[in-house]
Amino acid sequence: MVIQVLRRVGSKGVSFLESFGASGMFLFQSLVAVPNIRNNFPLLVKQIYAVGVMSLVIIMVSGLFIGMVLALQGYNILTRYGSEQALGQLVSLTLLRELGPVVAALLFAGRAGSALTAEIGLMKSTEQIAGLEMIGVDPLRRVIAPRFWAGIICMPVLAIIFSSVGIWGASLVGVDWLGVYSGSFWANMQDSVQFSDDVLNGVIKSIAFGFVITWIAVFQGYDAVPTSEGIGQATTRTVVYASLAILGLDFILTAVMFGDL
Amino acid sequence: MRIRTLEISVGAFMVAGFAALIFLALKVSGLTLDAAEESYEVTARFENIGGLTVRAKVTMAGVVIGRVSNIYLDKEDFVGVVEMDIYNQFDNLSIDSTASILTAGVLGEKYIGIVVGAEDEYLAEGDEIEDTQSALVLEDLVSKFLFNKTQE
Amino acid sequence: MSDSDSSGIENSDNDGNFIEVRDLTFYRGDRVIYQNVSLDIPRGKITAIMGPSGTGKTTLLRLIGGQLKPDSGTVKVDGKHIPNLTRKELFALRSRMGMLFQSGALFTDVSVYENVAFPLRVHTNLPEDMIRDVVLMKLHAVGLRGARNLMPSELSGGMARRVALARAIALDPDLVMYDEPFAGQDPVAMGVVVQLIRLLNDALGHTSIIVSHDVAEAASIADYIYVLADGEIIGQGAPDEVLHSDAPRLKQFMQGLPDGPVPFHFPARDLRDDLLAGVK
Repeated sequence: MVIQVLRRVGSKGVSFLESFGASGMFLFQSLVAVPNIRNNFPLLVKQIYAVGVMSLVIIMVSGLFIGMVLALQGYNILTRYGSEQALGQLVSLTLLRELGPVVAALLFAGRAGSALTAEIGLMKSTEQIAGLEMIGVDPLRRVIAPRFWAGIICMPVLAIIFSSVGIWGASLVGVDWLGVYSGSFWANMQDSVQFSDDVLNGVIKSIAFGFVITWIAVFQGYDAVPTSEGIGQATTRTVVYASLAILGLDFILTAVMFGDL
Repeated sequence: MRIRTLEISVGAFMVAGFAALIFLALKVSGLTLDAAEESYEVTARFENIGGLTVRAKVTMAGVVIGRVSNIYLDKEDFVGVVEMDIYNQFDNLSIDSTASILTAGVLGEKYIGIVVGAEDEYLAEGDEIEDTQSALVLEDLVSKFLFNKTQE
Repeated sequence: MSDSDSSGIENSDNDGNFIEVRDLTFYRGDRVIYQNVSLDIPRGKITAIMGPSGTGKTTLLRLIGGQLKPDSGTVKVDGKHIPNLTRKELFALRSRMGMLFQSGALFTDVSVYENVAFPLRVHTNLPEDMIRDVVLMKLHAVGLRGARNLMPSELSGGMARRVALARAIALDPDLVMYDEPFAGQDPVAMGVVVQLIRLLNDALGHTSIIVSHDVAEAASIADYIYVLADGEIIGQGAPDEVLHSDAPRLKQFMQGLPDGPVPFHFPARDLRDDLLAGVK
């Protein structure tokens, strides 16, 4: 009994390590394959369009509403202590440090990550990947690398836009609707937000998230069983793994950045 | 022409991201473009710094004139030493100015308030403000109050 | 590998075999796909590899293309042992191979024109107007010059396969591999593909390998046929010989008999016993 359980745990562990190693190798190979900017730049632009521009609407709408909700909730609580002028501080720090990078990353995983997995899985099942190999083109270089870089480039841009739109939404609700004095709203914000700490740390977080999400997404697509069922499962796995990775990584990064570790 | 719109939208996307970053820098974190303002450093020794942190404001008459750059303990005298950067434009603070640790509101952040003195000589790089007033610690206040009460 | 560059213009072997497979053994997991298979693909001819579904005919093409490595044995293409090639040499060799995939494998995000132009752009530095000429000629050869601005999703299955064929021959390869070119085609489209394979082979003088289980079509254009089953070669020869062979397994496959050495019934115990056993 015990031996059996041990054996099962052991083989699970080994297969986990194996797939982790395989995805690491995969990552390494696709990132080593960067050069030849002249040929690959148009591919990168196309992928930034697919990954970034196509995610822009959902990011902006979500950012707007989250900023507005934060302002409403924050105002309700702060007004109890007569310190509603701290609203700007509350909203901006929450957005810049946590919600901006994290929620944008979760949306990105759902919108762009799943699309990446499905697209690559479909390319695999329709033999386009094998076709590239037979034409003598490294699919890692041609297909994976541009998508990967596009993800890493787009994620911080999206997170910055998310936070900005959120703060703007909060000012709409807080200043224009609830009547917080606009001078103290912005001044309080500027007083408490440090560019190098809060803004840049948020950007660093989102770069890390972009890295992890696209890594998971392209690997799941490349590793998918090339059937419609397999692609469906791979897409689900991308969203689940990416979301868990984002939240776990966020805790670690927050502890390192803001936790005086 | 399809490829054109794609490139233009990607360009617009990157520009929007850059504009948002500038918005965050200028409007939200109040970064001024000439951020690296010239300053000179002075120190002050306090019995108790009571929760003052690095990068706290240094004010005079309520106007920010500098930032706290470093805080450490003097191991011989057992007092807290605060180093602060005063912006160069405020170069006429007399050498007998007073520095005190104040609190914004009842529970707000700690900052340093400087009250100018009467001497003709001015503070310069590396000088020390001799006349200091430590932070008010709530526990001390309460015990002083109770002590006074029992005396009556 | 020292003579690898000169072997393309080597004349001594020109009438010999383009591909030589010796003692090939290949496992997928624990399953034996090939057990000591040896076969030769003659230069400039059409060779058909036939056999029941699931015998790993496509696997053979992937072994030749270097996408898979054999567990033992040698696979020599134009004198070069595929598994020993470096990645760079392999990719260089692949630029001399064209492959027509079962599904066409067209790149779905670019037009027909760009699909055919793709290998040219990757492997040559031709100026744009020469690429245009070559692409239009190849598309003309498969009769789809007028469809150059369509996207792959707008093509019928037969047209997609013809575009894929144009792409496969874009670089004038020495070897073209066809993976089930007849499967799932209506009779007209099938007739077109059959004719194209023969015409292109004769006009361009490359070596062709057809992997198929469509007996009639493959036999009608092949110069030589190998029949694979259960990991070994069960028959080979010119189409006529193979078609009229009396070897039982070969006969069953070539003539499509429902019962024979490959039994109609999945192994089970006696019907009478089974019925009498009732529900336990």
